[in-house]
Amino acid sequence: MSENLLSTPLEALHRSLGARMVPFAGYAMPVQYPAGIIAEHNQTRQSAALFDVSHMGQAKLVGAGAAAALEALVPGDILGLKPFRQRYTLLTTASGTIIDDLMVACLPEALFLVVNASRKAVDFAHMAAHLPAGVTLAPMPDRALLALQGPKAAAVMARLAPEAAALAFMGVAETRVAGHACLVSRSGYTGEDGFEISVEADAAEGLARALLAEPEVGPAGLGARDSLRLEAGLCLWGNDIDETTNAIEAGLVWTIAKRRRAGWDFLGGAALRDILASGPARQRIGILPEGRAPARAGTEILANGTKVGTVTSGGFAPTLGAPVAMGYVESGHAEIGTSLALAVRGQLLPARVAAMPFVPHRYIR
Amino acid sequence: MSETRFTRDHEWVHLDGGIATVGITVHAQEALGDLVFVELPAAGREVAAAEACAVVESVKAASDVYAPLAGKVTENNAALAENPALANQDAEGAGWFFRMVPADPAAFASLMDRAAYDAFVAESA
Repeated sequence: MSENLLSTPLEALHRSLGARMVPFAGYAMPVQYPAGIIAEHNQTRQSAALFDVSHMGQAKLVGAGAAAALEALVPGDILGLKPFRQRYTLLTTASGTIIDDLMVACLPEALFLVVNASRKAVDFAHMAAHLPAGVTLAPMPDRALLALQGPKAAAVMARLAPEAAALAFMGVAETRVAGHACLVSRSGYTGEDGFEISVEADAAEGLARALLAEPEVGPAGLGARDSLRLEAGLCLWGNDIDETTNAIEAGLVWTIAKRRRAGWDFLGGAALRDILASGPARQRIGILPEGRAPARAGTEILANGTKVGTVTSGGFAPTLGAPVAMGYVESGHAEIGTSLALAVRGQLLPARVAAMPFVPHRYIR
Repeated sequence: MSETRFTRDHEWVHLDGGIATVGITVHAQEALGDLVFVELPAAGREVAAAEACAVVESVKAASDVYAPLAGKVTENNAALAENPALANQDAEGAGWFFRMVPADPAAFASLMDRAAYDAFVAESA
């Protein structure tokens, strides 16, 4: 593996489990274990799987006025976020495009943020540049993040952390898991019920081993994480959303809180108000290709022989046993059921616009 | 005479009675991971040596499969097209990709034998 890659606190554990390590966002990360991506995917859908997502950025936003300060940069209702509740939101540019997507949790002493690995430097610099006096961003590089995902995740947590097992979807608790002090949220990136667990780096391997020792749990890598989130219709920053896609065309208009639509008083608010009023020129859609050939990111989407868009994520959906994709098309072609063609290796493969998620979410509300 | 030879692109070729059967090696399927799609050359297609003539896709990515020899494709493996995982489960058996009549059967001898291929894999690891 190449030079200068960062490692997570679980690197030794991954290697001892036989993981195949790949470079991802500057880190050496497990793409799969010996079971393989499809088995790890199915493990997550059918039982429970443990993912190392320690490469993601964790930080606290501290100070009176932290919530108001963050609201200047995101479309979400942060002032209305109740203690020990978490929300998905976006850091937006002045034109309403997406610097990053992130989770924000309300803790008694601070807001707790989780951002994408590839974006943490950009996000932290952007936030720091916009914060008023008295509000401080404190990155937490010495913490690991584990995700326990799947229909049996709650049964595992009930044994190791009863307080966490009692959380509702997007609830947060500071509690011990298998004896380790953790910050747990009931959330994830698979469409399944599950938990994300922030823990001190030094305790991460002990916690991971305790979770993997439970009979329902197996390790899963980034390969399964990607196929799971694609089936769940969830965006990947860098593929499906980025600084060239705005929140409206990305189908993330639901992240603009009702209260925030009264004032549109956040970076990019005026631009998003105008796009919402006039309608977006293109829209993110789900795509079901006919046949078995996957259509990968970058595949051209055509209608009546004319290019109308591009696939941004695509691959094989193990739960469906068929290919799925998402991408952007001009707004006239975004209706569910619309016939499209995908240009794969010089052939035009028939496909149609499909509702997302491709596999229903099973969150515990 | 029946013998198996290997290419630097990680294909195997089994020559038996003038017909070459072609597939990807055990090492190749391990490196690719779970296979979910194959596109195979049609019977009757003339292929040049090293021409990309089949595609294999794992969960993560698509890869080309190259003709190990010049010649004419006589048959492809419909069972593999139906169930690409056959190439994971039995790469050098039921997971074969296509059969061909080599234009120059002598070219077969220029491919690596198993010992040479194993050394090639070990070297590039």
